[in-house]
Amino acid sequence: MNAVALSRPVPLLIIAAAWEAATRGGLISPYALPPFSDVVASFLTMAADDLWFHALRSLTRGGAGLGLAIAIGVTSGVLMAWYRPFRTLVNPIIRFFYPLPKSALIPITIMWLGLGDMSKIVLIFIGCMLPIVVSSYNATRGVEEVLIWSARGLGANNREVLWEVVIPAALPEILNGIRTSLALAFILLVSSELILSRDGLGYLIGFLGEGGDYAGMFAGVATIAALGFTCDRLYVALTNRLLAWRTAA
Amino acid sequence: MSSGAIRQSGASEAEAILARVRQAEPRSTARRLFDAIGPFVAITAVLLGWEITVRSDAVIDFLLPSIGVVTSRIFEDVITGRFFENLVLTVYRALIGFSLSAMVGITIGILISQVRLVRWFFDPVVSLFLPMPKVALIPIFILWFDLFDVSKVMMVMVSTMFTVIIATWSGTRSVERELLWSARSLGASERAVLVQVILPGALPQIITGLQITLPVSMIVTLVTEMAMGGGGLGDALLQAARYADSPGVFAGVLEIAATGFCIIRVMDISRRRLLRWHQETQKRG
Repeated sequence: MNAVALSRPVPLLIIAAAWEAATRGGLISPYALPPFSDVVASFLTMAADDLWFHALRSLTRGGAGLGLAIAIGVTSGVLMAWYRPFRTLVNPIIRFFYPLPKSALIPITIMWLGLGDMSKIVLIFIGCMLPIVVSSYNATRGVEEVLIWSARGLGANNREVLWEVVIPAALPEILNGIRTSLALAFILLVSSELILSRDGLGYLIGFLGEGGDYAGMFAGVATIAALGFTCDRLYVALTNRLLAWRTAA
Repeated sequence: MSSGAIRQSGASEAEAILARVRQAEPRSTARRLFDAIGPFVAITAVLLGWEITVRSDAVIDFLLPSIGVVTSRIFEDVITGRFFENLVLTVYRALIGFSLSAMVGITIGILISQVRLVRWFFDPVVSLFLPMPKVALIPIFILWFDLFDVSKVMMVMVSTMFTVIIATWSGTRSVERELLWSARSLGASERAVLVQVILPGALPQIITGLQITLPVSMIVTLVTEMAMGGGGLGDALLQAARYADSPGVFAGVLEIAATGFCIIRVMDISRRRLLRWHQETQKRG
């Protein structure tokens, strides 16, 4: 078991070694693929310089947009399932916006809010909110009615049923929808920064790429990848904690 | 039978009873009327709100052009054929990338499920790349494949492939063991088991994976067009924004929304076709 766990990162090491060998050996031009060690060196110089500034800018935008999307999205999803009139009114609007590829909104948010933080936050908010609304709605509606009847039969009022039965029962699916949105938030963040921005990691990789600093560009891309990976892992750990009561049952 | 299965069958009985109760329950006419006109009320309210905001001069026309201006712009785009030119480019890139990702992703997913060495190699690679925001690769792909269709198609493929791999892999794992045992004990070869039992059993999840990746293909195509140019709906949209042509931007967004809507509808319909034999489709009647 331990040996298996230890051998897990070996394929990644093989890839890194093959990368280093192919570029140092002259098989691939360093202009197409800078050697792995150069990328690491670049990362270290950038980490001592402005890499963290850009990373912090990006994470603040992503966090603000996603946080708003979670707060408003979960509330309206649950309300849609709980109050019929609300669903009838909101559903057509959701159905219209849901299939819209969210990146199409980048020019509109830039026109409305300029190149700064607000345009990215609003873009991420709109883009991430819809999947969250839909998953919370489906989750709340999918709660077994037997559970609700039992709670009612035991004398719970509407509010207690909602808070103590429906929301806990819907939580796993809601949390799953938020995970999808977490990935989407990164996509929207990086693409909006790459297309038009003045700072942030997306801007940084575009800028370095155009300037011909390919080792720096690869280091920037690796930083984004690492951030995406870490956020996803942290989120999964948080989910497991929140749902710990489920596995015990 | 495990206790989980018993609970399942109990739940489905309850569902059947519920369905009958619901059918018998008469719904008031007022409620039915509200359900029928509610959606139109909501859409009309949004459109009215838009028009009132424009007419009241609360915002300048640049930020929100009137509905009339935007619709006539869409009309113009359709009549001059500009819309179709861009549409064909965008859909072509998205679909080629999507099909490549489906082919490569399903193949790797199946290999992962069948061959231990492949699983050992790809497991860490997939779990590293799956949560990565693949649009960050755009500058690298520009460097490797230049600015034209190849790099856009490759971007779409790489962005969506890992989701397909995961969906295929978990689909094959969800196939009931009893089915595999029965097939083997009836003398099916490993190949026959794979083609006739595992693949059909995994198909619903594979299609779910494809249903997720198709809209993502559209998103990525639009982003690459915005970042690299070269025609297509995304490029047209960004050009309009660059030249501060706000009716063009709004018309472009609505055109893209309509395209996205159609693509998702087609995917829904083909899912029902492909899974006609599956309980999921039959339940819907």
